[in-house]
Amino acid sequence: MKKKFRIVALLLALTFALTACGGGKTNDKETGGAGGTTASTEGKFLRTNNTSEPGSLDPALAQGTHESWVLQHTFEGLMTYDEEGNVVPGAAEAEPEISEDGLNYTFKLKEGLKWSNGEPVTAKDFEFSWKRLLDPDLAADYAHQGYYLKNGEAFNKGKVAVDEVGVKAVDDLTLEVTLENPTPFFTELTAFYSLFPVSEKVVTENPDWAKDAKTHVSNGPFKLTTWEHRAEIIIEKNENYQNADAVKIDGIHFDILEDKNTEWQNYDSDQYDIIVTPQADVVAQKQAEGSEELVIGTDVAVYYYNVNNETKPFTNPKVRQALSMALDRKTLVENVSQSGEVPAEGVVPFGMKDENNKEYRDAVGNLITEDVEQAKTLFEEGLKEEGMTLDEFNAAKFNILYNTDDKHQKMAEAVQDMWNKNLGISIGLKNTEFQVKLNDEKAGNYDVSRAGWIGDYADPLTFLELWETEGSFNDANYANEEYDNLVQIAKTSNDAAERFEAMRKAEKIVVEDMAVIPIYFYTQPYMVKPNVKGIYKTLLNYPTMTFAEIE
Amino acid sequence: MAKFIGKRIAMGFATLFIIITVTFFLMHAVPGNPFAKEGKMPETVYNNLQAKYGLDKPKSEQYVIYLKNLLKGDFGESMKSNAETVNEMIKRGAPVSAKLGGQAFILSMFFGVVLGAAAALYQNKAPDYFMMIIALIGISVPSFVMASLFIQFIAKGSGFLPTSGWGTFAHTILPTIALSLMPMASTARLMRSSMLEVLGQDYIKTAQSKGLKKLKVIMNHAIRNAILPVVSQMGTTLSNLLVGSFVIEKIFGIAGLGTFFVTSISNRDYTLIMGTTVFYAVVLVAILVIVDILYVVIDPRIKLTKGDK
Repeated sequence: MKKKFRIVALLLALTFALTACGGGKTNDKETGGAGGTTASTEGKFLRTNNTSEPGSLDPALAQGTHESWVLQHTFEGLMTYDEEGNVVPGAAEAEPEISEDGLNYTFKLKEGLKWSNGEPVTAKDFEFSWKRLLDPDLAADYAHQGYYLKNGEAFNKGKVAVDEVGVKAVDDLTLEVTLENPTPFFTELTAFYSLFPVSEKVVTENPDWAKDAKTHVSNGPFKLTTWEHRAEIIIEKNENYQNADAVKIDGIHFDILEDKNTEWQNYDSDQYDIIVTPQADVVAQKQAEGSEELVIGTDVAVYYYNVNNETKPFTNPKVRQALSMALDRKTLVENVSQSGEVPAEGVVPFGMKDENNKEYRDAVGNLITEDVEQAKTLFEEGLKEEGMTLDEFNAAKFNILYNTDDKHQKMAEAVQDMWNKNLGISIGLKNTEFQVKLNDEKAGNYDVSRAGWIGDYADPLTFLELWETEGSFNDANYANEEYDNLVQIAKTSNDAAERFEAMRKAEKIVVEDMAVIPIYFYTQPYMVKPNVKGIYKTLLNYPTMTFAEIE
Repeated sequence: MAKFIGKRIAMGFATLFIIITVTFFLMHAVPGNPFAKEGKMPETVYNNLQAKYGLDKPKSEQYVIYLKNLLKGDFGESMKSNAETVNEMIKRGAPVSAKLGGQAFILSMFFGVVLGAAAALYQNKAPDYFMMIIALIGISVPSFVMASLFIQFIAKGSGFLPTSGWGTFAHTILPTIALSLMPMASTARLMRSSMLEVLGQDYIKTAQSKGLKKLKVIMNHAIRNAILPVVSQMGTTLSNLLVGSFVIEKIFGIAGLGTFFVTSISNRDYTLIMGTTVFYAVVLVAILVIVDILYVVIDPRIKLTKGDK
């Protein structure tokens, strides 16, 4: 009996040993303040949550919002955004000089720009950074943001030498850029994080510079001072920033907390000053209460359903039109998605400006028709043209494919129900993991699938180029020569009026053909405590906290 | 004895090798790719990424390279994060998960045994009902629900128990309790039934009739025997707690290894999937081998009957 008792003792000892060695190691490392409450951040720090651990804080290697939110506060591109969302000079002294053919850009840098380590920022750093983005050995996900440069793509493919890429520092303050095609939104692209500069000296001396706060060097309003992986990021005011006087706070404290419910509890108990995209039920409740803390920010993104243009009867435009017409988008956004989204009026969201600097959508208008009766007629006609009966359609057991997510599921159920009520069709639901959904879409192995697209730059082309016949994101397998030609004009023309006319026509075509079924335009709700002023959201970015003030 | 131990350890290594091989090929057989995303990605960019991580090579070659690196203790670079290597992630995350799991283990074992024993001693009286309620809650309410309730109703108003994060002892209190409730409940139930059985045995009555003090009878005879089923379950409980804390880690924003284990799979982050799997496999296989050996060291009869086949 005694011997058996020893087993207990030994196992318990083993457990203690395991936990003891675990505890010892973590405590040493983490008294720095993992998780938000123990950090040494005295002074005026904004506190918020970044939801996901950044994969990298190197602008060239960043891939999405959880990286760009930190980057947009630590770096500054040649151009940047003001409070109204206008593109204004950042590191550049003024707007670039552009040659008549729209191919050559000359940027002048502000004098006296410094990195956070005090060394000067030069045009050479920009040249280095952009060429580095395109270097095939770096294998940047966002390398294609450099494809607008002459030979950008060719260099990325390993076909030409780096010297042939169209960017060159003439002197310390002058950067000359040659483009592949006229790209009217190129000036704005220099405000996108992939094209932010990095210090040539720092990166060359230490390729791992961006992994650690100690070696991280940037040129923006804040500098990275703490990065406890998957726990917290602290950025502090960069005294070397060219506009440092305008920065009123001492820094920003980002927790890295994936659970949105806990995030909300932290905001609600005043541990956070701002949170972005709270859960839908919180947004719905705060909206109903008329809370002043809630801001429904704009976003350039569209939520839509791909219909496989190569599967019968979805091959027929009338069938696709009917599916679209049978949806009540207002009900979908108000009762299902519930985050202040806007019913889609086409494939290009609100917020884009046209050649006259007016809202792009105004001239195009609402291209979406919702009409149940007409939908029924069109659906019958379409089916007949495809030689299919309603029973055959239902027997085919088509599915709506979506990736695991409550919101997508609710939306798919609502759409399924509307189609059933309005058209008498039964469509199943197929839920898969995100990566599997992507695979199925690329392989054309789906009938209807949910999708979304967030614009990369503030020009309708960022949406319209998606459905070019050869487009890598054309999962609906849509093909229309006229559409392709119009998109080509929008891509290469240097005449703004001609470009926008082509884009307006292209959007009409893609919606008439109902290549995909647009459902809603996203919004980006966020909540800010009443004592925090000066936070604003530009079209493409997460809320900018640079000029915030805490009262 | 040495031969037996050697054999057990060799079997442990064989198990690990099989786990590594099966995981490697299964992982590549699952649809999806770490670089597939919802969006435009020119083929060139995709090819550059594939080449950078060696995914353009044949699977067998990738496997050999992986094994070679593994022998050097190198788990490779994460395909989703450029900020840390897989080794660094494990080094950072494992102690956190171990601390959380270990604390929860001690808590659940201690209170499980105490509650279960008390319930048996006071069968059908208040302590018994109290234990039943606790066990019912522990078993039927999932830990993530408990965790959310703790945050909303305890942490938010308490002022000293943080809602999220990690660093001080206070940070560990609520996640530990949330994580320990389920194993505590099952341990308590197990202990209760085992204790009831023991209390009905003749030797307890003999001990009592010999005039021994009640407490001594309970401690020396009843609990000591009743605890055996609990002990045999400890290995499983410990391994469940070490591996199964990812939901709690996510809710409390704790940078443990559990989250990696789950997200690496949905991200198809091959190197991280392998890294976390191999790491957990080593820990679990080690626990099993050690428990096996301990049994034999302490009680040679086990070896004769079911140990060394």
